Amino acid sequence: MSEQLSSAPDISRTVKKWLKKRGSLIMALHEIQNTFGYVPRSVSLQLAHLMDVPLARIYEVLTFYNYFRLDPPGKNTISVCMGTACYLKGAPKLVEAFAEELGVQEGETTPDGQFFLQSVRCVGCCGLAPVVVVNGTVMSKVDVSQVKEIIASCMQKEEV
Amino acid sequence: MIHAKINGIPCEVKEGTTILEAARQIYIEIPVLCKHPDLAPTAACGICIVKAKGTNKMLRACCTPIDEGMEIITHDPEIIEVRRSVVELIMSNHPNECLTCGRNQHCELQDLCGNFGIRDNAFENTVSKEVILDTNRALVFDPRKCITCGRCVQVCQEMQNVHALCFIERGYKTVITSAGVSLSESPCVKCGQCSAHCPTGAIVEYDETGKVWDLVKAEDLHTCVQIAPAVRVAIGEAFGYEPGANLTGKLYAALRRMGFDAIFDTNFGADVTIMEEASEFVSRFRDGGDELPLISSCCPAWVDFMERYHNDMIEYFSTCKSPHEMLGVLAKTYYAKQQGLDPMKIRMISVMPCTAKKWEIRRSVEMSASGYQDVDVSITTRELARMIKQAGIDFKHLPDEECDQLLGGYSGAGTIFGATGGVMEAALRTAQDLLTGEELQTVEFKQIRGLAGVREAELEIAGKPLRIAVAHGLANVESVLDKVRTAKEAGEATPYHFIEVMACPGGCVGGGGQPYGITDEQRKKRAAGLYSEDEKLKHRKSKDNPHVKKLYDDFLGEPLSEKSHRLLHTNYQPRATYAR
Repeated sequence: MSEQLSSAPDISRTVKKWLKKRGSLIMALHEIQNTFGYVPRSVSLQLAHLMDVPLARIYEVLTFYNYFRLDPPGKNTISVCMGTACYLKGAPKLVEAFAEELGVQEGETTPDGQFFLQSVRCVGCCGLAPVVVVNGTVMSKVDVSQVKEIIASCMQKEEV
Repeated sequence: MIHAKINGIPCEVKEGTTILEAARQIYIEIPVLCKHPDLAPTAACGICIVKAKGTNKMLRACCTPIDEGMEIITHDPEIIEVRRSVVELIMSNHPNECLTCGRNQHCELQDLCGNFGIRDNAFENTVSKEVILDTNRALVFDPRKCITCGRCVQVCQEMQNVHALCFIERGYKTVITSAGVSLSESPCVKCGQCSAHCPTGAIVEYDETGKVWDLVKAEDLHTCVQIAPAVRVAIGEAFGYEPGANLTGKLYAALRRMGFDAIFDTNFGADVTIMEEASEFVSRFRDGGDELPLISSCCPAWVDFMERYHNDMIEYFSTCKSPHEMLGVLAKTYYAKQQGLDPMKIRMISVMPCTAKKWEIRRSVEMSASGYQDVDVSITTRELARMIKQAGIDFKHLPDEECDQLLGGYSGAGTIFGATGGVMEAALRTAQDLLTGEELQTVEFKQIRGLAGVREAELEIAGKPLRIAVAHGLANVESVLDKVRTAKEAGEATPYHFIEVMACPGGCVGGGGQPYGITDEQRKKRAAGLYSEDEKLKHRKSKDNPHVKKLYDDFLGEPLSEKSHRLLHTNYQPRATYAR
């Protein structure tokens, strides 16, 4: 899923489903992201051609919505909640710490494809602030001192 | 009609008129940054806010239609304060680099800062220190100077249908760029309309004035220059003349004083283009029309666009090079031979209303048909205006001079090339004589003049119907080509025999390299300048130009000869819209 695609995969079914339906570009893009985990450029180029939509329009939509990704996600996803409560409880420092430890900016994947770091809006458990979601598991009241540990535990799971 | 009051002055306007337009009609100027007369309002900048009696809200004049009984206030101390804040906020994310900016003295933001007396940074300046320029050697894009007004995006997407530029990201992070690639990897056709509409220095022409001075300076070189039809009726705007003032004689004089060794006129190249293109048309027309429509190919941005987006039309494209390329190759062959000059020592500089010409001179191997690059440097009207000022030439007081012989004298047909419809009209003047074998008196085809996006006409020549279409602004070409495709697929006769396309609205007079401040009014005035010169010229058909006759007698033989083909024609290849 997170492999960089070398050749364009077949998206003709998706296109057939959404072609000629008004406002359907975003639905087609949703489907593509669900399939690949991101929207590869090769697929966007193909989609532009098949749906007769300028690539510029596709990129306008892809970059407007936070949801869409242009690069493959990492094997591990670290999401730092930046909702109001988490923010006040020190989430920005957590983002900073993860960024420094992993050597990437928020919204980027490490060059080895292991970690994707992102900040997200309120995940809905403000009582546990600040919250970090690691591969779908919610970790509560996270402190900067735990950052190294969290990364290491992901690596260990990888080895097992 | 709507009746309202602006600043207490009654006004009567058509329904749907915006507050901005209504105010202009009674000579009240509301400042704007994002709204351009060519473009629909987007309400991006917020500088045009006004007050309406009965509401506390400030309205954006650019996009709010004026209503019956409205009482608008366009200027009061509070409005001025708000507008000033808008300017200060834009300045907080804009580099203070006016002195070294390509738009210095011609910047709409600079004008506003001047008018509002901005003397210091009201807010901390957050612009990036890192300068990353993106260039395709025709245009230069500096994203730091972009105020995201969106004019260029509207131009690139709606007016030109090119979609090289788009908005990426949202809110504070919004930037204008190509979809994930650099400008040179994007579908940009280099028309430069973005640079003509940008209010700041974010997109400017790729400046090559230094290169030209170097060539002028080199004593062992024979440096030639040529000026395009549309340059002569626009350059004056840089020296206080009205748009449309024809300054051909002064331009020749200025170029001579700048130190060029030979001064030629692209209008002559246009006449040669017509000899070839009209002959090409006549030959295809006589063959029964399967190879028709013939589509004009003088406009490099259109050629680029066709090769990317409409390459199924390649077979219908005229193989003729554009006039300045024809003149370039003739300078390094015919002129060199006649004057006993070594073509290796000749340099040709084109002064064009166009940024795409900068790309065209390296477009393909055929652009070096002389054995050397036929045109060495192509600069815009704006660049020439700067060079004339650098040279300390008092343009207004120059005498009218003549250009140099062999590649200079032109007919009226050559001069009207600069206006949309002009190439078609010029071609018809010669083609009708070739088809009928007569000297026809009709030389004006006014039905294809003007600024309507697509103009069609049906003529009768030699007892046969001749259907023509003229389109300008690349978005307007779609419907014309679709008609051709539909007819061809159905096995029907072609809806048109001859199609002219110019990428820029108005044709070359409205080119992306022309003096700033383009509006339809300016396009009309510049075109009128060309048509009035045409009326005054002794020869109005390219085939009657004695210099052209001499060229064919002494050198080329006849139109479409083997030599003509080798030197004056080119071919086209389908190309990907995106390089990656």
